[in-house]
Amino acid sequence: MNRFAYTRAGSVAEAVQALAGDPAARIIAGGTNLVDLMKYNVERPDRLIDITRLPLAAIEEHEGGLRIGALVPNSTVAYDARVTARYPLLASAILAGASPQLRNAASTGGNLLQRTRCYYFYDEGTPCNKRVPGSGCPAIAGVNRIHAILGTSDHCIATHPSDMCVALAALDATVRVEGPNGPRAIPFAEFHRLPGDEPQRDTTLAHGEIVLSVDLPDRDFSRHYTYLKLRDRLSYAFALVSVAAALEMDGETIRTARLALGGVAHKPWRNAQAERSLEGRTAGPETFRAAADLILAEAKPYAHNGFKIELARRAIVRGLAQAAAGTPQSQTDKRIR
Amino acid sequence: MLSESGTRDAGDRIAITLTINGQRRQLQVAPWTSLLDLLREDLDLTGTKKGCDHGQCGACTVIVDGRRVNACLALAVMKDGASVTTIEGLSTGALHPVQAAFVEHDAFQCGYCTPGQIMSAVALIEEGRARTREEIREYMSGNLCRCGAYTNIVDAVESVLNGSSARREAAE
Ligand SMILES: Cc1cc2nc3c(=O)[nH]c(=O)nc-3n(C[C@H](O)[C@H](O)[C@H](O)COP(=O)(O)OP(=O)(O)OC[C@H]3O[C@@H](n4cnc5c(N)ncnc54)[C@H](O)[C@@H]3O)c2cc1C
Ligand code: SF4
Ligand code: FES
Ligand code: FES
Repeated sequence: MNRFAYTRAGSVAEAVQALAGDPAARIIAGGTNLVDLMKYNVERPDRLIDITRLPLAAIEEHEGGLRIGALVPNSTVAYDARVTARYPLLASAILAGASPQLRNAASTGGNLLQRTRCYYFYDEGTPCNKRVPGSGCPAIAGVNRIHAILGTSDHCIATHPSDMCVALAALDATVRVEGPNGPRAIPFAEFHRLPGDEPQRDTTLAHGEIVLSVDLPDRDFSRHYTYLKLRDRLSYAFALVSVAAALEMDGETIRTARLALGGVAHKPWRNAQAERSLEGRTAGPETFRAAADLILAEAKPYAHNGFKIELARRAIVRGLAQAAAGTPQSQTDKRIR
Repeated sequence: MLSESGTRDAGDRIAITLTINGQRRQLQVAPWTSLLDLLREDLDLTGTKKGCDHGQCGACTVIVDGRRVNACLALAVMKDGASVTTIEGLSTGALHPVQAAFVEHDAFQCGYCTPGQIMSAVALIEEGRARTREEIREYMSGNLCRCGAYTNIVDAVESVLNGSSARREAAE
């Protein structure tokens, strides 16, 4: 790990100022991603700004929904009674990720800003456009089993690894941030970005901006939801494909549909056309398959990840079936029903 | 100690206070020292193990302010003021019921993952969310065992959860 200076921020303003004034400074919260990347020399901050003492660790009622402070640990969110009652999709997605120890340390803000698990990104001995802009993307012609099938570019085919963010995308959360130019609110769909020709930028956050909270809107998907995560081992592994589904049902008819995919793109993947195609239809395999076809029509396989297209198709169909039936995937009983 | 806020240049050691296994300690740490390295290298508390050093194995599990975390991914300086329990602090004298259960159920082979497994199990029981074997397995999944003692580890944890022989023996 490189040597760095340490600042313990006493206020949001102080943290913003310290960060904005130093392009090589980084915010640290739980540290579970940043410290890991620093040990691999992928991140080499000259200063860490410790924000863990800032008053951003509360979950509060907000405009009929909930405001989750950036420092609330992932495990606290997952077990909060208001979250499990009103946003069980979010709780389930969090519990599908990492381990109990990591979820205790990981913060809400840090989870949003965790970086890809692309093996080339982690290996400073190889080129990588995300790590060293302009150096190339060895994944495209290399080993790309875990990589993206949707929204890729000629510059990067990495995926965003978060489970929590897939649920937040489906729930239409808002990210509230504060920067040198004041506060702003970013709709979740606009927070993460596709790689395009700037894969070094994971999000639309500017350097100097700090996440203050994630706000959940007043919308109840607590009856018809699921988070279905498929991976190489049943626990403590990142998603190959995951599906967050949230429905409102009128008997057998789908009134509202929200569907987000993880493990397939540089950001949680939503497709408005596919969601509209579900609405007003009777829940059933045909309807679900048609939506999956719409989403995957533009999927592009690479040498080793073609299996993800069929895996995603089946996960979408199964996830929608689980949500429609009101039988969400358990995160402890690993059998998929 | 840095009071509310403060800043230090690279190279400076920083004064922090930690309560480790009930004992208050004033320490000087470099900002890049992990809690794991502080425990093992500076304080000679080598019960906490370094398996992967990247959050992937759970061998370094300790309890900080009542929550189990991976000591390898925590910077010591950030834990200023915290209370840390390691395997060395689990019991004074008689074995902790979880330790006794690990012995009784033969829940280890080489023993390298064992301190982390035990700390994790102690926290799991405290959290009170696991009842079934399936739940024990899931909530112990942050601790890998290269020797594959998993079945016996689940047996040991289950026996303590059920308040069976291990707890009674330790209490005697
Ligand atoms: C072995 C392992 C397995 C894992 N498995 C999973 C998994 O299956 N699913 C999953 O979703 N995740 C998984 N994770 C990732 C984990 O969820 C993230 O590491 C964690 O959420 C990051 O949060 P943190 O608070 O520790 O972030 P930090 O490491 O503190 O920070 C991460 C990034 O966010 C920035 N940051 C932090 N807070 C803010 C803020 N408030 N404003 C602006 N920037 C900020 C930091 O500057 C840094 O760039 C795994 C991690 C490990 C090590
Ligand atoms: S996929 Fe993206 S992160 Fe991976 S090597 Fe290519 S540019 Fe780097
Ligand atoms: S040494 Fe910390 S998780 Fe492996
Ligand atoms: S007993 Fe050897 S690693 Fe678990």
